[in-house]
Amino acid sequence: MTLLSILDVELALLIVGVAIWTIAARDLFGAVVGYVAYGLLLAFVWIRLYAPDVALTEAAVGGGVTGVLLITAGKRLGALKNAVPDAQPRLAFKLLTAALAALVACAIGAAVLMLPDPPPSLAPDAAAAANGAGAGLGNPITAVLMSYRSFDTMLEKVVLILAVIGVWSVGTDKAWGGAPAPFRKAKSYPPMVFFAQFLAPVGVLIGIHLFWAGANAPGGAFQGGALLAAMWMVTMMARLVEPPPVDAQWLRLSLVAGPAVFLIAGLAGEIVAGSFFAYPPSLAKPIILLIEAFMVLSIAAALPMLVAGPPSERTDP
Amino acid sequence: MTPSVLAGLVGAALVGLGLYGLILHPHPLRKLLAFNLIGSGVFLVFGIVARRGAAAGLRFDPVPQAMVITGIVVAFAASALAVALILRLSAETSRLTLDPEAWTKPDGKDAT
Repeated sequence: MTLLSILDVELALLIVGVAIWTIAARDLFGAVVGYVAYGLLLAFVWIRLYAPDVALTEAAVGGGVTGVLLITAGKRLGALKNAVPDAQPRLAFKLLTAALAALVACAIGAAVLMLPDPPPSLAPDAAAAANGAGAGLGNPITAVLMSYRSFDTMLEKVVLILAVIGVWSVGTDKAWGGAPAPFRKAKSYPPMVFFAQFLAPVGVLIGIHLFWAGANAPGGAFQGGALLAAMWMVTMMARLVEPPPVDAQWLRLSLVAGPAVFLIAGLAGEIVAGSFFAYPPSLAKPIILLIEAFMVLSIAAALPMLVAGPPSERTDP
Repeated sequence: MTPSVLAGLVGAALVGLGLYGLILHPHPLRKLLAFNLIGSGVFLVFGIVARRGAAAGLRFDPVPQAMVITGIVVAFAASALAVALILRLSAETSRLTLDPEAWTKPDGKDAT
């Protein structure tokens, strides 16, 4: 057994252990902290699967932003009076559920061991896309997202907007047009302010770099946008800035900018290059970078708004 | 055992654990956490399909990987919507439960 395979087994055991902790932890806070650690560990597995792009997304969105979402939600729930959870279920029911879960896990495990050989692959098509319509993109993942499967990526941005609309709609009628509740109730806390002032400029720079480098190296619009979103959330947690009102024009424009530019470019492809979402080969890379830049903007606006939640009561008269 | 088979088995275990937590935890946010565990297990199984599909000079199949990236972002959006619904539900009912009968139970102070 080589050192690397021992590390693989240890990593696998650690991940399953942390996952058990997030299920078994007594309180919500402990479970969420476990989940964030779990997201970061999972990023290592993705690197071992030669998927650095997925690893970056998992660490930023799966671990980081989801962690902030759940901790904020836990705090807001804790602030509710009389919010008592239901009683624990009975032992027999627990055993039955454990048996069912084990059965499902074994079935999936068996399927993993019996995957067809040779495996089916779309890699040749995707490689052709990277060299064809998405010419000049060294990163095959970006080529797939922006050229080979561009329609999926556009619709995924629409899903983000739909989720923001859904979250906003959950607010009360009275609060409509107001700003979401601040991330922290307390006044600004000096170490947090220092941390935000120190981290945010560096994080913004790294976020833009991830987006720019994503054309040729691991990274891209998702990862860069998620990092920018995280930096905005850090400054909101330090209360250096407050969440904007949901009817702010600039906010709504930045939310729709990504999918709108993507759709316009796609429709223009119909006229210029002959098919929907086709790019003229000589201009493919600049067009893709332009679309991605607006996607970064939309992601950076949408993720913090999803975490901030629905508008709360208006404070101004 | 290759790293990809190992990762696939971890994914299977994660789906099982998440399913257990989703069914048993009474707390809605813990249910959501468990559901995210199921999701990442599924992504991992899909990830080894990407790793196995290595061809055309690449060490992985970029199509499933790109779909997993999209999936992670969509899973987050759905979680945020679920959190908003849970918070509003418990603010309306002052109870932390997903039980549809909770309104009519005798100990419910706000049974309307």
